[in-house]
Amino acid sequence: MSALDESTRRLDEGALRALVPRVLAGLVRRGEDFDAAEDALQEALLEALRVWPEHPPRDPRAWLATVATRRLVDARRSEAARHRREEATHAEPRPAATEEGDDTLFLLFCCCHPDLAPASQVALTLRAVGGLTTREIADAFYVPEATMAQRISRAKRTLRGRRLDQPGDLAVVLRVLYLVYTASHAGRMDLAGEAIRLARQLTLATEEPEARGLLALMLLNHARLPARLDPEGRIVTLDRQDRGLWDRREIAEGARVLQSALAVQRPGRYQVEAAIAALHDDAVSAKETDWPQILAWYDDLVALTDDPVRQDPAAVLGRAVAVGHVLGAAAGLRETDRLREVLGERHRWHAVRGHLHELSGDLPAAATAYADAARRATDVAERDHLVRQAARARAAELCNRETL
Amino acid sequence: MPKYLLLKHYRGGPEPHHPFPPMDQWAPEDVEAHMAFLRHVGELLEERGELVGVQALTPAQTWVRYGGPDAAPVTTDGPLPETSDLVAGWYMIDVESHERAVEVAAYISSEPGPGGGPLYEWIDVREIMSGEPSDG
Repeated sequence: MSALDESTRRLDEGALRALVPRVLAGLVRRGEDFDAAEDALQEALLEALRVWPEHPPRDPRAWLATVATRRLVDARRSEAARHRREEATHAEPRPAATEEGDDTLFLLFCCCHPDLAPASQVALTLRAVGGLTTREIADAFYVPEATMAQRISRAKRTLRGRRLDQPGDLAVVLRVLYLVYTASHAGRMDLAGEAIRLARQLTLATEEPEARGLLALMLLNHARLPARLDPEGRIVTLDRQDRGLWDRREIAEGARVLQSALAVQRPGRYQVEAAIAALHDDAVSAKETDWPQILAWYDDLVALTDDPVRQDPAAVLGRAVAVGHVLGAAAGLRETDRLREVLGERHRWHAVRGHLHELSGDLPAAATAYADAARRATDVAERDHLVRQAARARAAELCNRETL
Repeated sequence: MPKYLLLKHYRGGPEPHHPFPPMDQWAPEDVEAHMAFLRHVGELLEERGELVGVQALTPAQTWVRYGGPDAAPVTTDGPLPETSDLVAGWYMIDVESHERAVEVAAYISSEPGPGGGPLYEWIDVREIMSGEPSDG
């Protein structure tokens, strides 16, 4: 697979990968089995790497489709494939759509099929729509390549025989893309960039404002990434980040995408979260953050569910921070009390309480809460950050006591 | 080249060399020095071509055993990390000799603690058997 990586790069990786969803969607729409079509296309890609440097095709997309089809015919002739074909005879050829966006959306619906577990949806999306190699996906999630190959082939087997011509659930697609985006904080691959690329393609395929909301949310958060860690790899919280490092171009694009989504007047959680991210991005300094507006958006966010404490505790926790900044730390802490039962064992709940205690000037309580959060953290950088926060709060308290 | 697992425990070893408070109660500069040292150990082992992997574990421990046919697994939550011998994380290294593994472990154990002096933490050095595991 690494040979594939290197030669693709020489060829123009972006252009080749952009063809993957279009060719694959064409094959599947024609009635080919998803699993077999995906394998055939992978073989066609390898063939392309061998042949193209010497003989570049006039129409790369048609070339890939032809070679993949030939592979499918070969496979069908073989004994093993005959059985598979018998299972899939229900699949009738369908008129092929020609628009690129349609192909992407169609494939995303296949890969984000509700019968698949989230980890499989993510892996299949990255391979079949993103065009990443199994090795790259395995690296991104720190699992052996064989394990990821197995996960992908099991997912494809699950799809075998499923009707893939129904419109799928866009909400699932959005959630999978967001999963890809958030997974990038831990891994080596640039999954965040990949998620943004896929979300951008998705917005070409659907008018749904939540798709644009998600793209905006990713852009507006991604813009702050260069300031999120210091050179030693330590987490820098939003209030201490060097705002000069933020990507202004990305913020501007995110804001533009968000405006166009909000104009449709069908709000949803991604649009609201993007609006909150935009307000943070807009503030020239942490002090000038427009907390009252942020709180207003959080009010909208928690209003999206009937029982936000149970259905969307993360929104209630985010709102508690905003309440702390607008109405005072004590009010914010009272808001977190409502979440104790649901989030009391999660590090984020303790971290937020640490922040609110610090805001109220209660440093011993802040130190205890940060230490409780550190014990529950599941990410090394976050754990280290929380240990530092605890030590810092305790030292500041000692310093205060000495000056009294 | 043999491979070794160097296990860091929360409170491990034949006998505690000297007691120390949990890290969140150290002075901030001591916390920084400690974390910087561990980062440096990782980089050093990588540069020397000896690092296979390094991983930290969360302190939440659950003991699990088969509950019998048609019964749920039996589980008990582990003891408190600060008071018990619990693995906190490990380095896996691929080195020339057992001597080198001991040398690396001793170096890790010299990590700065509260006040800046060495922590003298016990490191559990285990050689990894080659070949496929046949029995867990």
